[in-house]
Amino acid sequence: MEWFRKSKSRIESIEKKNIPEGLWTKCESCGEIVYSKKMEELLWVCPSCQFHFRISSHKYIGLLLDGGKLEEYDVGLASRDPLKFKDSKKYPDRIKTAQQKTGLPEGVISGLGTVEGIDISFAIMNFAFIGGSMGSVVGEKIARAIERAIELKRPLVIVSCSGGARMQEGILSLMQMAKTSALLARLAEKRIPYISILTNPTTAGVMASYASLGDVIIAEPKALLGFAGPRVIRQTIGQDLPEGFQSTEFFMEKGFVDSIVHRKDLRSTVTRLLNFMWRR
Amino acid sequence: MSERTHLEFEKPIVELEKKISDMRDFSIGENLELSSEIASLEKKLEKLRQGIYSSLSRWQKVQISRHPRRPYSLDYIRLITSDFIELHGDRYFSDDAAMVGGFAMIEDQPVMIVGQQKGRDTKDKLFRNFGMMHPEGYRRALRLFYAADKFSLPIVIFIDTPGAYPGIGAEERGQAEAIARNIREMFTLKVPIVVVIIGEGASGGALGIGIGDVVMILEYSWYSVISPEGCAAILWRDAAKAPEAAEALKVTSSDLMDLKVVDKVIKEPATGAHNNHEIMAQKVKEEILNSIKSLKEKPLDQLLSDRLAKYRKIGDFDEK
Repeated sequence: MEWFRKSKSRIESIEKKNIPEGLWTKCESCGEIVYSKKMEELLWVCPSCQFHFRISSHKYIGLLLDGGKLEEYDVGLASRDPLKFKDSKKYPDRIKTAQQKTGLPEGVISGLGTVEGIDISFAIMNFAFIGGSMGSVVGEKIARAIERAIELKRPLVIVSCSGGARMQEGILSLMQMAKTSALLARLAEKRIPYISILTNPTTAGVMASYASLGDVIIAEPKALLGFAGPRVIRQTIGQDLPEGFQSTEFFMEKGFVDSIVHRKDLRSTVTRLLNFMWRR
Repeated sequence: MSERTHLEFEKPIVELEKKISDMRDFSIGENLELSSEIASLEKKLEKLRQGIYSSLSRWQKVQISRHPRRPYSLDYIRLITSDFIELHGDRYFSDDAAMVGGFAMIEDQPVMIVGQQKGRDTKDKLFRNFGMMHPEGYRRALRLFYAADKFSLPIVIFIDTPGAYPGIGAEERGQAEAIARNIREMFTLKVPIVVVIIGEGASGGALGIGIGDVVMILEYSWYSVISPEGCAAILWRDAAKAPEAAEALKVTSSDLMDLKVVDKVIKEPATGAHNNHEIMAQKVKEEILNSIKSLKEKPLDQLLSDRLAKYRKIGDFDEK
């Protein structure tokens, strides 16, 4: 196989030089080069290896909700800087940069929408916003999305994408795990369904709270999931990790994911599930 | 007794202590009257202790929480309970020695007691996996919580962990799921829960048994979203910057009180719990019994709604 890999990489480097940026997209999983305009049609899924590219929250809403429409709630929630946190950068500056980069006020968008006419309470996280990290605002918005599901008697769907709790808000971020999970206990009591959708990546504090607590847990193919990050595990055990470790497929095999669903089937899968779990 | 282990900033104290004991030996050996000199040195020692312990940095407090002689869960269990019956295993996979627990009596109050356990010597440390739980530890704890719920026993929890274990087996068996489930289920338990952070409270590893109606922390314990070293490695790209990270993360007991994440700080004896196991344990016992007593007076509905409300309101944000 060695000769094959070599020739492939040579072709790539030649192409990169001659083609204007943005015209082609390279799959970060298998290295396949795809014509960018075609990616939209492919729902940003690599045609060669089915790796699901990370897409914006709005694109995701377009894929999942009727008419791509979300009646957004809690738009005015904004992070403060409770610890006056500063590393190489001040926390408020990090937030500003993230807002400019994403055009979003915070790491989660939430509200009400419908899927095939079924009313749901919905929230979606955005990895581009400080690694999709959960601070007070993300926790509060998720909490309120759960409360809306309880109050309005609507199934809850959360699309997770996060590196975990936000360090810059310290212990308050950790406590968002408690806050959200507490409300999920109430949601479960009311027998209102919760579908948790895991996208690349969903790890640490988010995985160790609401992302793992769905009645049904759906994951996109080849996403990185887990509690500890692979780098930390590698350092701790001092050896390389097995191939495919902490992927969606790995967690499916180990029994922690109900179903691996391709993006094109996501909407229909959510609908079919809700038809079983929710009688209107 | 072998040479006592001590922290860097404790050195002047240890040196002065040695000087006093040498002088005492000398006075006895040579039959010399040195009691006034000794008394003045002892006064100096007390002042030195207080001076050092009253101006500790956050990082120094983190070091005290990790002191090799700091009392661990089983020390408290031994010192404050009687008739402890340990209950082993998660009923699914194995018995996690980093998480201990079982029935116990605290004076005349029967409780279910659960705690994270570190080891004292090398062999014991390995056996306890340095206080880092696998999913089995969390599932073992949950099994005991359910038993407490079933038999109406208040739950007492000791937190002391550098984190849930980041390893292959832990991931394979659902570390995240185990922690998430515990957090959710702890909000449904129909008995009082008293949590005491006795040493290290690292992240989800701590929170996985950390939901309580009353959450108390010992003066020199810490509790954080991530360990100072972990945070330093990510944000400063250098684990050696842990002292800076400890400052930035605001991990100490008084910080947590300011942030309204804990209900009470339990003061430690002047030179830390590690130098005074018995005194510390008695204080912890009193606080636990007081908390259980007042929680038992609450009607069940209120206990559960207060527990939810306590965590529901945590967070700091603006709303336009």
